[in-house]
Amino acid sequence: MSTEGLGNVVTQYFTCCEPPHELVLKSGEKLGPITVAYETYGQLNPDRSNAILICHALSGDAHAAGRHDGDKKPGWWDIMIGPGKAFDTNKYFVICSNVLGGCRGTTGPSSINPKTGEPYGLSFPVVTIDDMVHVQKHLLDHLQITRLLSIAGGSMGGLQAMKWCVEYPDMVQSAVVIATNYRHNAQQIALHEVGRQAIMSDPDWQQGNYYGKKVPKQGLALARMIGHITYMSEKSMDEKFGRKLIGKEKVGYDFSMDFEVQNYLRYRGDSFVERFDANSYLYITKAVDYFDLEEDAGSLAKALEHVSAKFLVISFTSDWLYPSHQLKTFVKALKANDHDVSNVIIESDYGHDAFLIETERQEHAIGHFLKRISKGVS
Amino acid sequence: MNDQNFELKKLASDSQAIFDLIEPRSKVLDLGCGDGELLYHLIQKKNCHASGIEIDEHSIYQCIEKGITVSHADINEELAHYPDKRFDYVILNESLQQVVNAERVITEALRIGKQIIVGVPNFCFLPARFQIFFGGSVPKTKCLPYEWYNTPNVRFFSLKDFRSFCKKKNIRIKNFIGIGNTKRVSIFPNLFAILGIFLLES
Repeated sequence: MSTEGLGNVVTQYFTCCEPPHELVLKSGEKLGPITVAYETYGQLNPDRSNAILICHALSGDAHAAGRHDGDKKPGWWDIMIGPGKAFDTNKYFVICSNVLGGCRGTTGPSSINPKTGEPYGLSFPVVTIDDMVHVQKHLLDHLQITRLLSIAGGSMGGLQAMKWCVEYPDMVQSAVVIATNYRHNAQQIALHEVGRQAIMSDPDWQQGNYYGKKVPKQGLALARMIGHITYMSEKSMDEKFGRKLIGKEKVGYDFSMDFEVQNYLRYRGDSFVERFDANSYLYITKAVDYFDLEEDAGSLAKALEHVSAKFLVISFTSDWLYPSHQLKTFVKALKANDHDVSNVIIESDYGHDAFLIETERQEHAIGHFLKRISKGVS
Repeated sequence: MNDQNFELKKLASDSQAIFDLIEPRSKVLDLGCGDGELLYHLIQKKNCHASGIEIDEHSIYQCIEKGITVSHADINEELAHYPDKRFDYVILNESLQQVVNAERVITEALRIGKQIIVGVPNFCFLPARFQIFFGGSVPKTKCLPYEWYNTPNVRFFSLKDFRSFCKKKNIRIKNFIGIGNTKRVSIFPNLFAILGIFLLES
């Protein structure tokens, strides 16, 4: 495996859906213009057959790999994307874009509404995973890519990958879906709802109209803290923190910080506030909650009937946010339709976070899966 | 990531017997496919459309490495959603003795496969009988190498037992290959074969 990365990369921007050709959202509302932030790695081959679309998770962005000038940390999936890695940029042309409703360059509630000259705030229409996928389709049209060798994503990225396969069956040759679900269930919605309530009950939230003023830091940090608990497993948390105290020998018998885990969650919450918009958190979690492949088609098997992609489905034994049995149901529905599907349930203690931590086995499985898919692609 | 193509290793005698029974270009599902070696041979040499189900995580990676479609699952709960007669052959090689509800798995395999191939370790292999009779111990053979306290096998039966089961359930035995320690066995397999390969049809 190569250890050298992609080096410096830059985010690019593209604007589509200019009025009067606005995007018609699943809700029926219209939105436009839409700017999309995206990055690409590797070279598109002459017959444009080696493109892979990477879909990011809730708090991710277009910067999946390589480094931005001066940055210490590489993109969020750098360990998987690059020369000689699972998504081998010597062979494949890899694309990643920030989702619709996001706050990392693609149009979202913090963007300026050209009609008013003010940030959208809550006047931004509610978007869905379907809408995010439609915007990605505009991006691929712009890049003149008519067929994807593969599409890959974990968590919320997995939802987008599934939707792509269902919505554009002729465009997607294969899909890698990781630690996700084909429908957001009651527990998953409930956990998101607590996060949203945390934001909306922060007095600084101001009905989403906080731009240029004090941002709802407390609420967003709290939402992120809840999120982080759901990303870890009981075991990984206990191994990492146990009952270790922070900066003291004995517990304080007061409500100050006693345990290291408290400190960790606050740190995670506070650092998230620096890079994420509270309204985007509301919109994106709502989009995820609305996701249900089954409901859209009547049944899961029916939804997957016309899919032509070959699948690699990955889940993790200790992931309780997206338990592996949910993806098992997805795999069975694919098999019932006679689709080509491989799956692996990776033994891991890292919970949902395993998707970004257990890279070695994922890299192996994804790399070899793509090798099979790309046979004949030069 | 290494780019080498896998060499075709020599198949074990039981896998070779199964391989010989399968017609080219068939659609095959191997239940308990291990590292996928048999499937790889079927794909490479007989142009089969072959996939597997395997419970061991490490084996899954070995299959994916060979470019085989494989599902990480327990065959006890994995067959119900396949449509009827989806496969030309369903293979159950030396997995039946570890299955909780063997009858249900065979019934399901016969439902989803036009034919099934079952590999059965023979508990009544002659040396095994000697071990019980003279040694007074539960036998250990090449196919049944475990101690009583660590065996994954939940049931022990002979080739004769399996034939009686097929008769009782109206399952037709279309072909049979007895596997001995060194070569195939055609005479008194219930005594001289350590393993029997049955080709069955409902």
